[in-house]
Amino acid sequence: MTNLWLYFSSPKTFYPLAGKLIPVFSLLAIILIAIGLYMGFAVAPTDYKQGDSYRIIYIHVAAAWMSMFIYVVMAGWAAVGMIWNTKLSDMMAGSLAPTGAMFAFVALWTGALWGKPTWGTYWVWDARLTSELILLFLYVGFIALRSAIDDPRRAARASAVLAVVGVINVPIIYFSVRWWNTLHQGASVSPEMAPKMAATMLWAMFVMAMAFWMYTIAVVLARVRSEILERESSTEWVREILARQR
Amino acid sequence: MQWASWSDFWAMGGYAFFVWGSYGVTAALMIAEVILVVRRRRATLEQLARAARMEKGQRNESSQ
Repeated sequence: MTNLWLYFSSPKTFYPLAGKLIPVFSLLAIILIAIGLYMGFAVAPTDYKQGDSYRIIYIHVAAAWMSMFIYVVMAGWAAVGMIWNTKLSDMMAGSLAPTGAMFAFVALWTGALWGKPTWGTYWVWDARLTSELILLFLYVGFIALRSAIDDPRRAARASAVLAVVGVINVPIIYFSVRWWNTLHQGASVSPEMAPKMAATMLWAMFVMAMAFWMYTIAVVLARVRSEILERESSTEWVREILARQR
Repeated sequence: MQWASWSDFWAMGGYAFFVWGSYGVTAALMIAEVILVVRRRRATLEQLARAARMEKGQRNESSQ
């Protein structure tokens, strides 16, 4: 098992593996998005209280979940890089950040457009919204710090520290609706309670969340492949790949 | 099916601006990200190939 782990943590073996996985995850993402949208718009009924504005939930919740998951995974890779000094871990962390930032922005944007018809305001400085905004800033800070330092090893170290320290914000986002009295509603789905939503709505939301996962894996693998080529450009195996491209 | 017609669907029960504003921006960002990733891969391959050609050219010059 350890050997397998080491085998795939080397850029040389990971590069072709990632190349094979990208089409699989892209296809899964497209299929799941199609199913999720069909379920969310054609099968799920109109909400008796919110009307059709609630349909924003399918991307809002999925994007908010992704923004938090991706951060934890990114911080995990950063920590692995700090401890074992593996090359691939910093590239993974760096490739996850832009997609995480995108989903954090999507969560805030769709939240604003949902907030206006339901709460009467696009934005309030409540704990949930503010901590999600801080998450977006953490992503932006991580990307900026990583690209501001020229030496890749030092850039990896500095940005890894930021990523790992910032992970404290994730439970704050998650529990904010319980710890503070927020305008944002409590969890729609949580491990302790029965879901407060109709089954079709819930399933559509899960399918969209899965779709965003597949999308994220495909995009991040594609990005990490470019990163590997750039960083390993002086190695023999990258030269061979370039020669084959001609 | 929840909708009487296509125009009924696009109207989203009066919430068209909010629903389509959410889905539109999300779709645009995801598509843009895919385009950026594909472009970066092409740029990287081109740049590395150019660097390899230059290096080869220099090596040939110095060997002559």
